Amino acid sequence: MKAIVWQGTNKIGVETVPDPTLLLPTDAIIKITSTAICGSDLHLLDGVIPSMEKGDILGHEFMGEVVEVGREVKKLKVGDRVVVPFNIACGVCDPCRRGLFSACDNSNPNHRMAEALYGGTSGGGLFGYSHMYGGYAGGQAQYVRVPFADIGPHKIESDLSDEQVLFLTDIFPTGYQAAEQCGIIPGRDVVAVFGAGPVGQFAARSAQLLGAAHVIVIDRVPERLAMAEAAGCQTINYEQDDVLVALREATGGRGPDHVIDAVGMEAHGHGPGALVDTAKQRLRLSFDRITALRWALLSCAKGGTVSLPGVYGGLIDKVPMGAAFAKGLTFKMGQTHTQRYVAPLLARIEARQIDPSFVITHRASLDEAPDLYKTFRDKHDGCIKVVLNPWA
Amino acid sequence: MTQDERSTPTDSTSEHTPSTGAHMPALERSVVGSVGVALMGAGLRSARPLQKLVLGTVGAGLAAMAATGRNPIATALKIRQGAGGEVLVGDAVTIGRPAAELYALWRPLENLPQLMTHLERVEVLSETRSRWTVKAPTGEVSWEAEITADEPGRRLAWQSLPGAAVENHGEVLFRPAPGNRGTEVVVRLAYRPPAGTAGAIVARLTGEEPAQQLRDDLMRFKREQEVGHAPTTEGQTSGRAAKGGEA
Ligand SMILES: [Zn+2]
Ligand SMILES: [Zn+2]
Repeated sequence: MKAIVWQGTNKIGVETVPDPTLLLPTDAIIKITSTAICGSDLHLLDGVIPSMEKGDILGHEFMGEVVEVGREVKKLKVGDRVVVPFNIACGVCDPCRRGLFSACDNSNPNHRMAEALYGGTSGGGLFGYSHMYGGYAGGQAQYVRVPFADIGPHKIESDLSDEQVLFLTDIFPTGYQAAEQCGIIPGRDVVAVFGAGPVGQFAARSAQLLGAAHVIVIDRVPERLAMAEAAGCQTINYEQDDVLVALREATGGRGPDHVIDAVGMEAHGHGPGALVDTAKQRLRLSFDRITALRWALLSCAKGGTVSLPGVYGGLIDKVPMGAAFAKGLTFKMGQTHTQRYVAPLLARIEARQIDPSFVITHRASLDEAPDLYKTFRDKHDGCIKVVLNPWA
Repeated sequence: MTQDERSTPTDSTSEHTPSTGAHMPALERSVVGSVGVALMGAGLRSARPLQKLVLGTVGAGLAAMAATGRNPIATALKIRQGAGGEVLVGDAVTIGRPAAELYALWRPLENLPQLMTHLERVEVLSETRSRWTVKAPTGEVSWEAEITADEPGRRLAWQSLPGAAVENHGEVLFRPAPGNRGTEVVVRLAYRPPAGTAGAIVARLTGEEPAQQLRDDLMRFKREQEVGHAPTTEGQTSGRAAKGGEA
């Protein structure tokens, strides 16, 4: 089959690789009909995520049709149309039973690697996202092996298009969880979202779905700001305005009740080793990214929530903890518990409350993907979200 | 409540006060200390922020190790030693199964090699005596051990008999986890590595190390009990397989 393969830093190629096979009786094989490039894939392209190996198949946002199931798979059958959460969860461990699927104890075969970096703890596995997260082959390919097939994949039984449901795999639940964990009081609370990439867009629209009185989106890329404005958000271009002053003005001096940092410092990679490597290459960029978190803490209103869907990997300093303490802020963060959100968000799509395809700017084949990684990274050509058709 | 308060009074291993790292001789301490202080100085003088951070951190670490008199390598590798110089290894995992069920899997000692993969075999000689065999780089090493405590559903402890090639003792505790989360399985081992601390360091660096093996064994045990299998990516497709490399 055809697959997008990581060949080294800044080297991504299309290769013909063997078709995946069932490795465990709880696996399923999915023929992929649509797959996407995610903002966090760019950090694999940049080579700042440690424990990638040449030949790894990328991609964690995908959906398709079940073509084979292991003998212990009970809920899925051949022919089912499914969306597949980007994180892999066993469904039976204590975190899974509490709905903390991304913190699954049992789905990461390389728990040793993550435990060494994160103080004896490891999250669950992820598709196509380095060996620290399990080393699972990803879904920017024609087929993929899906472990724990009764837990992750969710059947789509309505006639919604791929583009309307594909983002249930990651960016919609990620933006939604970010907004949900703010505890928005409908009709009262003002929410600010730093970063108007795909996750920021979904965080802003989710805040609206949850009843925010007003949503303010901060970025510098005109087409991203325009997309947020189209949803009825106020926007601030941080290159043109003093963000803190503009947010005070927009909120009558109170500051936003909740702030979502959808930027993160992903460019730092994960763990102390990556931190040093990355700091060497990217001291300036990382400085920029910490600024988003700093602004979030400084701008947030008293008693507010700072919600972090953006990924933080290592150590950061110069965080204004004094401001956070003085205002009594609450921090909420973590990888998305995608499995928790697929059904309720699918219901919202079916009820026409949101059509997630709004975020797509580019559609392409797998062969065009390596170029589009770069277009997306450089924010050229108005690129916000790329969807790939593996069979085009 | 701390773990110590929860352990049983008959607990044979917990009397050891674990200390992290091996004690360093005085000369080694002063050399490490001066290198540390020099690095810290260089770090403070450096104009480049990253260099400042790295030199400062490494320097401060070395100086602290010298000040506390711990072998920096053993310390860095987190090798714990008991008062008598034996290496201590301990770890714990919470498994969503009843304690009685998990205890029942450990008690037939001949099954232990399935749970602890570095064990080659355990032969049961009598009610309390057994012969343990592990694979070593030099071949097989065996010793006789006896069960020193057996509290069904709660605790199992053993001790090697005099003359063992690898002197060791250990225990497994099965404690109900709060909030219906199953059982906390706690394993504590103490052993005297054939080549002393240096042997323990080499073992750690080559990955043939009881602390890591124990962690891996406990995680595999948990996964087998909770999920029925250990997750794997072995044999999956990749761009490596296409070129005839490893899958
Ligand atoms: Zn993603
Ligand atoms: Zn789990």
